[in-house]
Amino acid sequence: MRWVLGVIVCAALSGQTPRELYIAHCSGCHGPSGEGSRGPALRVAALQRANDAESLIVLLRRGIPGTEMPALAAETVADQPLRQLALYVLGLRTSNSPAAGGLEGGAELFRGKGNCLTCHRVNGEGGTSAPDLSDIGRMRQPQWLRQAVVEPQKALYDSFQGYRWTINIPDNYVLVEVTARNGDRIVGSRLNEDPFSIQIRDGDGRIRSFLKDEVREVRKQWGKTAMPSYGSVFSESELQELVQYLASLRGVR
Amino acid sequence: MRLLRVLTLAAPLLAWAQVAPERIRHDDREPGNWLTYSRNYNGQRYSPLSEITPANVGRLQAAWTYQIQQPGKFSTSPIVIGGILYITEPGGEVVALDGRTGRPVWRFSRRPPPDLHACCGAANRGLAVLGDLLFVGTLDAHLLAIDLETGKLRWDRVVADYQSGYAITVAPLAFDDKVVVGIAGGEYGIRGFIDAYDARSGRQVWRFWTIPGPGEPGNDSWAGDSWKTGGGSTWITGSYDPALRTVYWGVGNPGPDYNGDARRGDNLYTCSIVALDADTGKLRWHFQFTPHDVNDWDSAHVPVLVDDGDRKLLLVANRNGFYYVLDRVTGAFIRGVQYGKQTWASGLDDKGRPVRLPNREPSDEGTMVYPGFHGVTNWFSPSFSPLTGLFYVAVREEPAIFAKRREPYVPGQWFSGGNPSGVPKIEPTGSIRALEHASGRVAWEFPLKSPPWAGLMATAGGVVFGGSSEGMFYALDAASGKPLWHYGTGAPIFANPVSYLVNGRQQVAIAAGSGLFAFALPDR
Repeated sequence: MRWVLGVIVCAALSGQTPRELYIAHCSGCHGPSGEGSRGPALRVAALQRANDAESLIVLLRRGIPGTEMPALAAETVADQPLRQLALYVLGLRTSNSPAAGGLEGGAELFRGKGNCLTCHRVNGEGGTSAPDLSDIGRMRQPQWLRQAVVEPQKALYDSFQGYRWTINIPDNYVLVEVTARNGDRIVGSRLNEDPFSIQIRDGDGRIRSFLKDEVREVRKQWGKTAMPSYGSVFSESELQELVQYLASLRGVR
Repeated sequence: MRLLRVLTLAAPLLAWAQVAPERIRHDDREPGNWLTYSRNYNGQRYSPLSEITPANVGRLQAAWTYQIQQPGKFSTSPIVIGGILYITEPGGEVVALDGRTGRPVWRFSRRPPPDLHACCGAANRGLAVLGDLLFVGTLDAHLLAIDLETGKLRWDRVVADYQSGYAITVAPLAFDDKVVVGIAGGEYGIRGFIDAYDARSGRQVWRFWTIPGPGEPGNDSWAGDSWKTGGGSTWITGSYDPALRTVYWGVGNPGPDYNGDARRGDNLYTCSIVALDADTGKLRWHFQFTPHDVNDWDSAHVPVLVDDGDRKLLLVANRNGFYYVLDRVTGAFIRGVQYGKQTWASGLDDKGRPVRLPNREPSDEGTMVYPGFHGVTNWFSPSFSPLTGLFYVAVREEPAIFAKRREPYVPGQWFSGGNPSGVPKIEPTGSIRALEHASGRVAWEFPLKSPPWAGLMATAGGVVFGGSSEGMFYALDAASGKPLWHYGTGAPIFANPVSYLVNGRQQVAIAAGSGLFAFALPDR
């Protein structure tokens, strides 16, 4: 009797569409369309932990230790439906395919007229006082990149749109001004922080760590960025070329 | 000869390890042990040890680290008897550790059923002890009794059906001859309860349904059949007053969490504290903090019992942003004040009922409210120090956008009726606040960077220990809040601290990431 029941359960499982599996097992935390809720958004350009079917299947089987993400047991979702579920989840990603060809102009503007490498780095070349852009095209849509160039303070990185249980590394690059006991002021973008210390990258690209009880003040400049607007530097067609280039940056993966 | 001598020496030791109920009741007689979840029945999570003080805590050193063998969220609060720590791993394994070295001396393992789907990752918050038994709940909703000496299973009772979304993550509460346990599953349309079992046999003694059935008082606070999936989980250990023979236990959110349309009414006894007759499980009184909750503000909190002269108080800092002082004999509301950021109520009326502001409920397009779905505080324990008279609470400052939707109930499946999310551009933060326990006035505040997930422990040495979401285990001055010491464990802390003696020396310990970290002062 018992195995007969097992067969019926298996049949019921394989009868579920990937969408039904997603609703049953994932949507509670990740939202009905992957928009994120208690869990991170899946409707993004690239999944941070597993961005291909094989890795995602492994992740779904193991869960993510130390987080709310449980493991999906074989008895809950069998192997074959699991692959379908993984493909469904990957299909939630926003389409953000790199444009073909015509990137040299944008690259030259980035390097030359914009002088962007003074602060930013791409594939090991350039400064480190601003975020490394080697794979920015995987994470951001062209319209966001355009706004970041024209109105940088409106496009500040935002760690908090999707709910996060804990923040291991904040990625919103908050501009911080630290005043030392001797009155020296050090300005930089925040790399990390806890109740007792803060780590920033200063204007020279150096990593600096401060204990809060050893400095006079730590002032966060919410909504501000060290990046100036390039709206008046580039023409409309130049902007398009530049954004096309940035969107093409996909890193090594 | 020699063997005989060892045996005669061992016999009194074994007898000593038998934890008679009087030992837990008179916790002050053995300050070096930690015999129940909050150390004492009054839920204070206060250690009477005083070797570690504000003057020397800066020299605290790592004593040892124990690494767990199972993945999941490590939230155990150890039981400590005679220098041996008894802990649970996230999947429900029980391990006894030597407090000198952190070395395991026995391990109880049990294979969970293969189709177990633990909602929010594996978690277990700890054990209860009574006689020669340890009691642990499991993710598949069993209650187990384990031999305190050897780690062998002594009895195993099914508390509820895990396939319908029930689970046990709470540390049970043991007193007299009983063990009381609550249930999790508030996001699965369960009907919650609190159970008492005979500690020796595992036979059920009573059950209190947190959602009253038809014909029972309070059932009319639910529209139609909505009580059947009403939630009301009981996933945080309650407190116990032996003199009043009353158990006090917090009740979780109504289901579905964010959509109250189908469950019009106050939805008793969700988001309440219930006071139960310890012998029969009958309701003595209840107090509802958040009638008709639509924000997942469980009242899964450890109630703190404090006596002010002959006034017997019950203190709760609630998820909903208000701190309450109740009379624990009658349940009468004495005082309530806001202690954290909230934007949903204008205050409390003279009965302690919140006065809701208009248009703050979840909506189709989403409504932003402080606090978010994790509340101004959460399950982690507050602490009370009889020395300072202060109530210490870890406070979260974090809004959420609450969107509601319609969702069918399918047994065993997520049933929350909505989709809350974070708020762009607002960085969540938090603090530790010390409240004057009678008035709720903030005496001091220590700022945190991120909203906390760890509880607090005050000690007779005048120190408050806590943990941060960045993994800092830290000590504050109990009187002033001044930071005195911290140690980076390297992973977010989702646990409560404990303190105990090993060979006469005070240790403090907390679970963080996949390690249990123990600290002591250097040898004198």
